[in-house]
Parts: sequence; structure tokens; C-alpha cells
Amino acid sequence: MLTIDALCKIYPNGTQALEKISLDVDAGEIVALVGGSGCGKTTLLRMISGLEAPTRGHAALDGEVIDAPHPAVGIVFQEARLLPWLTVAQNIAFGLDHLPKDEQDRRVDEALLRVGLAGYGKRWPRELSGGQAQRVSIVRALVTQPKALLLDEPFSALDALTRESLQDHLLALWETHRPTLVLVTHDVEEAVALADRAIVLQPKPGRIFADIPIDLPRPRDRLSPEFAEAKRLVLKALDGSINQPHSHQAGRVQSPAAGGSF
Amino acid sequence: MSEATLDQTTTTNAQPKAARFAVFGTSFLLGLVLPVTAGLLYEAAFRAGLVQARLLPPPSRVFTTLWKLAQSGELTTHVLATTVRVGMGFGLGALVGMLLGALTGASRNARRLLDPTLQALRAIPSLAWVPLFILWLGIFESSKIALIAVGVFFPVYLGVMAAIANVDRKIVEVGRVFRLSRLALVRRVLLPAILPDFIIAIRSGLGLGFMFVVAAEIMGASEGLGYLLVDGQQLGKPDQILAAIIAFAVLGKIGDWLIVVLTKPFLTWQDTHQRGA
Ligand SMILES: Nc1ncnc2c1ncn2[C@@H]1O[C@H](COP(=O)(O)OP(=O)(O)OP(=O)(O)O)[C@@H](O)[C@H]1O
Ligand SMILES: [Mg+2]
Repeated sequence: MLTIDALCKIYPNGTQALEKISLDVDAGEIVALVGGSGCGKTTLLRMISGLEAPTRGHAALDGEVIDAPHPAVGIVFQEARLLPWLTVAQNIAFGLDHLPKDEQDRRVDEALLRVGLAGYGKRWPRELSGGQAQRVSIVRALVTQPKALLLDEPFSALDALTRESLQDHLLALWETHRPTLVLVTHDVEEAVALADRAIVLQPKPGRIFADIPIDLPRPRDRLSPEFAEAKRLVLKALDGSINQPHSHQAGRVQSPAAGGSF
Repeated sequence: MSEATLDQTTTTNAQPKAARFAVFGTSFLLGLVLPVTAGLLYEAAFRAGLVQARLLPPPSRVFTTLWKLAQSGELTTHVLATTVRVGMGFGLGALVGMLLGALTGASRNARRLLDPTLQALRAIPSLAWVPLFILWLGIFESSKIALIAVGVFFPVYLGVMAAIANVDRKIVEVGRVFRLSRLALVRRVLLPAILPDFIIAIRSGLGLGFMFVVAAEIMGASEGLGYLLVDGQQLGKPDQILAAIIAFAVLGKIGDWLIVVLTKPFLTWQDTHQRGA
């Protein structure tokens, strides 16, 4: 389980980016973090990944406090960040150095196959499209089989069609080992399509405004009325979070679908 | 994404070798047009008796001198002497420049400690060292190699330091996320990331090495292309001076070309706007 406990972050320039964020994410759960620009989503993800230290509070995985990058926590950035001097296959194997070569190859081939890039292993990153590069970057994080994977707007630079197909890819990948996913997104549709819960953040300083369970069965039908209703709820909370930036009252919104996990 | 697109891209990449060679040949020939025409015109003017060629001998005489030097084995001796000096000075200067550049680029404390001193030393015109080096190391090889090494050191040091300090934080974070040790981070992320800049740094280092070998050999040597220059001046043989200059040009070009060719296989990943040009 991923636990975030009263986490605060004040940047050296005095910006208070996060104030007392507390959040529990069950193993295998998919949580979407949504919120306006600058409300601290990236900051929160960087704290959980151990790339940056919180000012107060902490994040912990299965009780183990994260104070540096953790082997069981992977992260996918907004840009693919592939290493341009490694081939696609070498990029995917970047975190597998400790494994024997044939095991590395096996995992890389399987990963490429799963994201529809079989045969692309020998290419250079410059020979990939944006969507292909982002798929490689996702599997690079997943082949190490992390318990938790953090994704910071991984699809935001892509067009709507590609985005939708990558969302499906992500779900299919998640099915195999069921890691915990924490997904930052601007896109309410994406949050509702993927997540078990949408956490709406509020800016200045960043804190949790609403925690909205999304109890829709998978695979989800994006055209169903339940889907639309869930989207409406998240959107409404998002509007609320942006329009009352100085309220310290964290709202709580009920699940759109009956018989939720509460 | 489909197999068809995959194949297509692969074939466009594998441009026919012959075609590429033809392009290379054309641009090579184009570059020759100006010097060759000028040489032929001057030669013609000389043959027609239009110019007095005592101070500027025509190409034919320069090449004859070069040929004679080559046949007598003298040219080999001089070229070898110069090559060895440049090679050793360059090796020494580039190695130290690389190590110190990597150190100051990677560690802020090292930079604070070392960089001000090195920058101050850099402000000294390198030829000003000559008397001191001769006093310390004698008139023979060591002082020459030291001078060349100093010339090579600074561009390599500066290039490597700047390249390491400028490696994109985003790329370095990828290494951190995968928990690379400091050494592994240098080996697997920093070094490959700076390779293109590093090659530029050692190329300019080699260029300076050739500049300083001339200075070193002019200040006193019994062999080397620089000696040929001085000898030609003292004996009033401009054709020998020009022959030595040509040999310098060819040698420098070969050195630069060797660096380019030897490092090319490591740079095929590059995504620059002039790929394959
Ligand atoms: N390195 C930094 N130093 C100082 N302040 C920072 C730094 N990084 C972010 N901030 C500030 O912290 C706040 C939260 O930034 P963050 O990048 O986490 O927002 P975000 O929710 O990811 O926004 P977006 O949706 O635009 O990506 C912002 O006010 C930002 O200006
Ligand atoms: Mg962000």
C-alpha cells in the first residue's frame, strides 16, 4: 500500500506547493490526480518517486518511507525521456542491468509485443513517433515490475485518438502484474476511463479538494450514461477546486455508481 | 506502426552506398575548384614569364621539392618527428583536460576549487611559457611536448566541463530513477550524453596541438616540419617552406579526419538537422 502522510513541500524560493497531503492508495488501485495547472500534481509525484524530498511529512510504500528513488516505484514523465544513444530495446532494458542477458531480452521482447512495437527494438529513439516513444517509456518503467507506477500526464502531448489507444495499452499492461498506478492528468475523460478514484487537487497551496470513487466495471464504455455521470461529477469538483482557491475546506463527493467501495 | 511502414523507413535509411559516395565525390571536387584554378593560373603566369618567382615559387617547383624530400626519406623523418610530438602532447593534454573537465563539470566543489586557477592560467598566452619550459625541461623533446600539451589542454578542459554541466537534468533524472550509482551514472548517462561535445573539444584541441608544434619546432629543433620551415627561411628556399606548409596541412587534416572517422560509429544515434550531410 502507498501511504502519503501529511506531506508538505515548500520550494527554496518560498513557493508553498503542497500543504498537508494525506492519501492512501491500495495495492493494485488506480488513482487519478486531477487539478488545475500549478496545483502541485507534478510536485506530489516527484516526492512519491523519491526524486525530491518533502519539507514535512512523507510518502511510504508498504510502510517503508521513500527518501530516495525506490526500486519498487517507477515513474513515467510527461516527455518520453528516452536516452537517444540507446536503441529502443536498450532503453527498455535500462533498468534491468542486474538480470541475465537472456532474461532481459525476454522481457524486452514481450514488452515490445504488448505495446504493438514488435520489430522496433533496433530502432533509435529519433526514429519513433511521439506516441511510440511514450509507449516505450511506459514499458521501460514497467519491465522492472514495480509495485507502484507514477505517471505524470504521460499522454498529454498526444492527439485524442492516440491517447485513447495508449490508455487501453496502459490498462492492458496494468492487468498483468496489477501495480498501483498514480496517474496525473488534465483530462477528466482519461481519469474516468482509467481510475478507481479521482483525487481533485486545489491550488495555492496544493491540497486535496475531493476524493471521488469511480465504481464502473471494466472494460468501461465511454459512451454509457454512467461514464458521463462520473465525468460530470469530476468536472464539477474540478470547477469547484478552481473557483474557490482560498477555501481550506476539503470537499467530499459521493460515488456516482451505487454500491461503491465505501 | 504496421509492418509496411516499418519496412519503408528501413529502406529509406539504407541509402545506396554508391549514391552517397557520388555526393561526397562531387562536394569534394567542388572544394578543389578554387585552389586548383588559382594554382594553374599562377603556374601559367610563371611559364609565360609574367611573374618573377623567386619569392613565390610556382606549384610545380613546390611539388618537385616535396617529391625530392619524400624520395630522400627526409620527409618521413620530419613528418614522423612532428607526428610523435603532436601525438604525445595531444595525448597528455587531452587526457588531463578530460579528467579535470569531468571533475569540475560533475562536482560543484571541485569547480569552485580548481576552475578559478585554471581560468587564470588560461589567460596567460601559452607561448609565454616557452622560456620557463626550456629552463625546467631543457631544449629537447620534453619542453616541446609540454607546450603542445598546454595548448591542447584548455579547449578540451573547457569543452568537457561545459558539456557535463549542461547535460539535461531530465536525462540525469532517468538515471536517478533507476538508482544508478554515481559511477554508473557517469558511465551510462553522462559520458554518452557529452560524446558529441567531447569530440568537438578534442578536435579543436588537436588543431591547437598543431599550432603549438609549429611554435615548439621553430624555437629550436633538428627535425620536424617546423624545422623545415626555419631551415627554408634561413637558406632562402621558399619552395621548401611551402612544401612544409602543405605537409602540415595534410597531416592536420588526416588527424582531424581520423578523429571523425573513429568516433562516427558511436554517433549514429544523433538526431541533428544535418544528418548524413
Ligand atoms: N523547482 C521549483 N521551484 C519553485 N517552485 C516550483 C518548482 N516547481 C514547481 N514550483 C511551483 O510549485 C507549484 C506546483 O507546481 P507543479 O509543477 O507541481 O504543478 P502541476 O500541478 O504539475 O502543474 P501542471 O498541471 O501545469 O503541470 C507551482 O506554483 C509552481 O510554480
Ligand atoms: Mg505538472
